[in-house]
Amino acid sequence: MIRIANGQGFWGDWLEAPVRLVEQGPIDYLTLDYLAEVTMSILQKQRQADPNLGYARDFPPLVARLEKLLHERRVRVIANAGGVNPIACAQEVRRLAPSLKVAVVVGDDVFERLDEFLAAGHAMNSMDTGEPLSTIRSKILSANAYIGAFPLAEALETGADVVIAGRCADAALALAPMLQRFGWKADAWDLLAAGTVAGHIVECGAQATGGNCQVDWQSIPDMANIGYPIIEMEPDGAFSITKHPGTGGRVGCDVVKEQLLYELGDPKSYIVPDCMADFTTIQLKDAGPDRVRVSGVRGRPRPEMLKLSISYAWGWKSIGTLVYSAPQALEKARAADHIVRERLQQLGLAFDEIRTEFFGVNACHGPVAVANPDPPEVQLRIGVRGHDKKAVDRFTRELIPLVLSGPPTGTGYGDGRPQVREVVAFWPALIPRDLIRTSVEVVE
Amino acid sequence: MKIALSRIAHARSGDKGDTSNIGVIAFDPRHYPLLVREVTAERVKQFFGEFVKGKVERYELPNLGALNFLLFEALDGGGTLSLRIDAQGKTLGAALLQMEIEASDSELSV
Repeated sequence: MIRIANGQGFWGDWLEAPVRLVEQGPIDYLTLDYLAEVTMSILQKQRQADPNLGYARDFPPLVARLEKLLHERRVRVIANAGGVNPIACAQEVRRLAPSLKVAVVVGDDVFERLDEFLAAGHAMNSMDTGEPLSTIRSKILSANAYIGAFPLAEALETGADVVIAGRCADAALALAPMLQRFGWKADAWDLLAAGTVAGHIVECGAQATGGNCQVDWQSIPDMANIGYPIIEMEPDGAFSITKHPGTGGRVGCDVVKEQLLYELGDPKSYIVPDCMADFTTIQLKDAGPDRVRVSGVRGRPRPEMLKLSISYAWGWKSIGTLVYSAPQALEKARAADHIVRERLQQLGLAFDEIRTEFFGVNACHGPVAVANPDPPEVQLRIGVRGHDKKAVDRFTRELIPLVLSGPPTGTGYGDGRPQVREVVAFWPALIPRDLIRTSVEVVE
Repeated sequence: MKIALSRIAHARSGDKGDTSNIGVIAFDPRHYPLLVREVTAERVKQFFGEFVKGKVERYELPNLGALNFLLFEALDGGGTLSLRIDAQGKTLGAALLQMEIEASDSELSV
């Protein structure tokens, strides 16, 4: 049996979680998931500004903090912290934690190969709209293939203490040590599916241990010290989900079910680079305090195509807020919204969209929000999105003047006018898997 | 009689681009057939009204006593494009649990 813990569900997750996972009990592998779809484009811009950047900058200092403990407790780290510059990430880890051996998986970054793919007849149409990639070719900021767990297992095979990847499937981080330790074959679809399901359960960190859980959430103990999830995987693909004893949170079938359904599409075909997992075959059983047993997972052959994560410069947006108090808080906020819209119209500005939400009334649940006809205060939240930066910038000047020139009790403008933000959009596409060639480099 | 869905189920919601996914899970697996009968794709689409511009698809997971809904064009473009405060649809599961369903006493007391 091997223990694989996940200490980071996204870049920005709790900094203490990975340290506590290593300190507070036995684990064999620590995985850290840093990359969301949009993260790659942010990292690409950072690398353009500085060729030594473009990776998750929280990662090297974390590894340095853990350096001694990783040796003492024989824990190996697997992370997709590499972003668009995994070699630079590895060099920084080596600089800060020189006693650790670091292996890097490269080959997922296909930014420089897109024209080669297009010339070979791969249209890379958007999986959302069907449009060909050529329509946004000049605006592309980053392009990475989602790779599977086998290249990461190969990196573990070098004996590295730390394995760094770029854009791999989230669940691959947890699957990799299972492949390496148990020797699971590339066509052992049920085993690969079991490992993938395990990876899916832990990939969002504490969402598998009681975080963001709707079942009796007030009764979930000690969330300030919530334990992050641990997979205890057997060679035959049956596994348990648990957390270190004495930590906060809760692991039970209800919690694990919620996480299984999180960001799920067709449950019969959960597609990752290494297999297709059938979530309708998963059997769960409560197996003691804070422990769920998972078995029965069936898989099918891996897809012939890999998913590409392409980001491109779409345009601009800005969102501003103003607060109105009772009496008639909502009426005032509505009146202010009308004034802003009329002024934008008078200026003849064109936007892709103008959107208004009344925070405290309908912002989260929109038309199905529970009626709240006379709230003590309402935040007007109005946003615009468009391709013309000048128009978006002009919008940012139209909200705060209402404090003096609009309905009474306008306040909450202390941060000044809203910021204009660049919109980087995401273009999911497919590419034949044999075009993606990965390799492992050991950084000494 | 009419009851809120929250009486027999819990939920978690997330996103993939402009598509919101909502997992609805029966507290008691014996109430799963009630979910299947009452919480149809059509009713979910109707419930959210103008919030969901595209179609709603439903998938069944009897092994978990759960349904998975995909709500297309539901997040104002999704991800970085969306102007919504809840651009990832994190709260849509809680919203759906307010939906009223029809259930008899005998069905609830199984």
